[in-house]
Amino acid sequence: MKNEKQDSSPAVPIMDAEAIRRALRRIAHEIIERNPQLAQVVLAGIPSRGVEIAKRIADFIRGIEKIDIDTGIIDVAMHRDDVGTRPELPVVRASKLPVPLEERTVIIVDDVLYTGRTARAAMDAINSFGRPAQIQLAALIDRGHRELPIRADYVGKNLPTAANEKVRVRIGSINEPDGVWLIKE
Amino acid sequence: MSTRWSRKDLLGLRELSAEEINFILETTDAFKQVGTREIKKVPALRGKTLVNFFVEPSTRTRTSFELAAFRLSADVINISATTSSLTKGETLKDTARNLEALHADILVLRHSSAGAPQFLGNRLKASVINAGDGAHEHPTQALLDLYTIREKRGKIAGLHVVIIGDILFSRVARSNIFGLVKLGARVTLVGPSTLVPREFEKLGVEVSHKIDNVLPNADVVNLLRIQHERQRKEYFPGIGEYTRFFGLTKERAKLLKPDCLIMHPGPINRGVEIDSEVADGLQSVILDQVTNGLAVRMAVLYLCGGIATA
Amino acid sequence: MSAIIIRNGRVIDPANRRDKLADLVIVDGRIAEKSAIRDPQSAIEEIDASGLIVAPGLIDMHVHLREPGFGHKETIESGARAAAAGGFTTIVCMPNTSPVADTPSTIAWIKERAAAAACVNVLPTGAISKNISGEELSPIGSLAQAGVVAITDDGHCIQNNELMRRAVEYARMVGVPVLDHCQDYNLVGNGVVHEGYWSTLLGLPGWPAAGEEATVMRNILLAELCDHPIHCQHVSTAGSVRLLREARGRGVKITGEVCPHHIALTDEAIQNFNTNYKMNPPLRARADVDALLEGIADGTLSILASDHAPHADFEKEVEFDAAPFGIIGLETELGLFLDLLVHKQRKIDIARLIQMYTVDPARLLKINAGTLSIGAPADVTLIDPDLEWTVKIDKFESASRNSPFDGWKLKGRAVRTIVGGKTVWKL
Repeated sequence: MKNEKQDSSPAVPIMDAEAIRRALRRIAHEIIERNPQLAQVVLAGIPSRGVEIAKRIADFIRGIEKIDIDTGIIDVAMHRDDVGTRPELPVVRASKLPVPLEERTVIIVDDVLYTGRTARAAMDAINSFGRPAQIQLAALIDRGHRELPIRADYVGKNLPTAANEKVRVRIGSINEPDGVWLIKE
Repeated sequence: MSTRWSRKDLLGLRELSAEEINFILETTDAFKQVGTREIKKVPALRGKTLVNFFVEPSTRTRTSFELAAFRLSADVINISATTSSLTKGETLKDTARNLEALHADILVLRHSSAGAPQFLGNRLKASVINAGDGAHEHPTQALLDLYTIREKRGKIAGLHVVIIGDILFSRVARSNIFGLVKLGARVTLVGPSTLVPREFEKLGVEVSHKIDNVLPNADVVNLLRIQHERQRKEYFPGIGEYTRFFGLTKERAKLLKPDCLIMHPGPINRGVEIDSEVADGLQSVILDQVTNGLAVRMAVLYLCGGIATA
Repeated sequence: MSAIIIRNGRVIDPANRRDKLADLVIVDGRIAEKSAIRDPQSAIEEIDASGLIVAPGLIDMHVHLREPGFGHKETIESGARAAAAGGFTTIVCMPNTSPVADTPSTIAWIKERAAAAACVNVLPTGAISKNISGEELSPIGSLAQAGVVAITDDGHCIQNNELMRRAVEYARMVGVPVLDHCQDYNLVGNGVVHEGYWSTLLGLPGWPAAGEEATVMRNILLAELCDHPIHCQHVSTAGSVRLLREARGRGVKITGEVCPHHIALTDEAIQNFNTNYKMNPPLRARADVDALLEGIADGTLSILASDHAPHADFEKEVEFDAAPFGIIGLETELGLFLDLLVHKQRKIDIARLIQMYTVDPARLLKINAGTLSIGAPADVTLIDPDLEWTVKIDKFESASRNSPFDGWKLKGRAVRTIVGGKTVWKL
């Protein structure tokens, strides 16, 4: 679950811009290590912050291996299993993935992994494009509390949280510096 | 996209704001992409029931809504006037109430009476989508027309859109007029004075009865189908006369700017309102309209269907 | 001997040019002098009318009572109660019943029913043409003998000008006025709302003003040709007012009536497709409303009426095209006219308003009503001209509820209705 509102409660800084940078660089190395056929990898970001994170990871990979990795966008709004139960209808955006997907490894990229439902919806969306050889999951923050049997392959930082806490991520925003904060209720 | 959608019904473009219209068009971008996937299905309306209630018959619009619903994983039932109990004297309200008792979530209604969708929308919890009510509105047609213009020309504001044909009895014309004027286009209506009375100028458009004067500075030409049923015979003398004065013939098409779009809601009367070669020519975007119609209807069903159940 | 004294009211009796504070005496059901009360000890009913207007019982000459045949919409009994609640002591009912009131036996049925069940005076009209089909004359002479006060095809309109001419000539012989619902069927087509900005915007078939004016013109010519009064019902357009003004200026025997909805509302009201705004003739544009107000003020339009047209809920609660035309009006018309004509627009004073509901219709129909002359039947309406009230349709006496005025706040209404010396309704 992503948390958008500004809270008046105190925000505890978890990561600053530099910490994020190092985490993403490490993830880039891990991706390189685990995927010998690097050209088959697609970094598919979930809008909006996942897209920025995917781009940065792709930049790191290019710097290290001198290879351009395909990136894409997976909009999960129309794949959610809770349409009609949320107070606000989620805004939908166009998805973009390179086809065909057979033989490719699609790495879902998101900012926060929480219940796992977004990742499940992302896999659903990917399936409508085709049948990739592998799907992996990269998350900047894993905050626990999974409701589905989903795990991340690449994690920037494990952050144990309580259910009533919120995790705020800012990355690539014009108005605010990059960072991750924990907001207690 | 800062606007949120809050209407359970889509009755027409007259009551929508420019922001709401733009929001629908932006949402359509996402759904158009679904049509290019290998599996053209998303679960957004899974488990929801959509009823196509076409009291006035139509194959094209109904098929488009049906496909849109399938792509959103909804279940679809089709009811027409002849197969419904309306023929047995049941009122529209009772028929719709019965459908609601069967837990229909979305009702797509085409009816010959203006105001019928509003009538049902006020009385049912289900979403009501207007697929055409008399001569009043046909919002999804106008939305797909707007989407097509935006797709091909990048914008709506400032373009000169010319609508030609039987405007007086046309719901497609009215919805287009409302949408185009709200989004800042310049609109000119062209046709016989009996079918395009000057009264329309009060809606913020221009009226002309001389097609050759208007075509050279048109950015978009939208042709309406000419009907010559019994009740129209008092309005103009015949198809031949209409084509001579208002048909988009090969010769007239030469007056158009090279990037002018040619549109038609279909079905086309080849040789009447438009020459065959012009309909198939490079400037024609008639088939794009059909593709876009499907995406627009998916967007509309997603937005309204999501509200009704929330 | 029964006696009633209505004290301290402002007695407005246009027929006798009376408008002053006075007591009104009723003895044995008739207006009387005070001296007529022979026995001062006997029980005299006293009614305090301070602050009220004491008027002759009002006459509504355009009411649909729906019986025989359409009792699910209204009956003679319920319609009469509605009239009493609106301040009316005499109503004139239209012949578009089932069967149509085109034979003496149907007229007799209506009169019997009214005598048995109606608490106000009910005067029937007869059809001009058989079955109101506009093809053959109905037995107008026999209808007059049976007691109709006028002939009309209301609801419909004779299109064949020759037939209408002969009808007017025949009516002249028999001595009954002709009332006409002015509508040219060809110009109007299947129009449901005024042809203008709103019909264009909404794509609804339009009912052009010329469709009424063409027939008003026809009637003016025939009234002149046949030298016999023709009354144009529910006048609604500026053009009609202009035509009537010109003709009346030349002395043609043509009159016009106005219904309250045609000045209270405009065609803008139809934009939500609420069928309580669908009537025939339709609500018109602002300019037409202004012309009607001027026509009332300068006397071109001389009679007020409701065109009370009840319809059952299930009949009106359908798509706009399919709904029948018309709204009820008996219980709101006086309040609307007082509020709009006298208080808000100040087009006429209350004495003139009472005249338009008494002397003018009585003179046209040649009936013994609408006055407080000594010896006249004691039909009296007490009006509080300044009483502020809110229209609550669910409290109406009428059997139907099809009115757009629910919730309207009006100033002025009848507070007591007396028919033949008997109070049949009071607030």
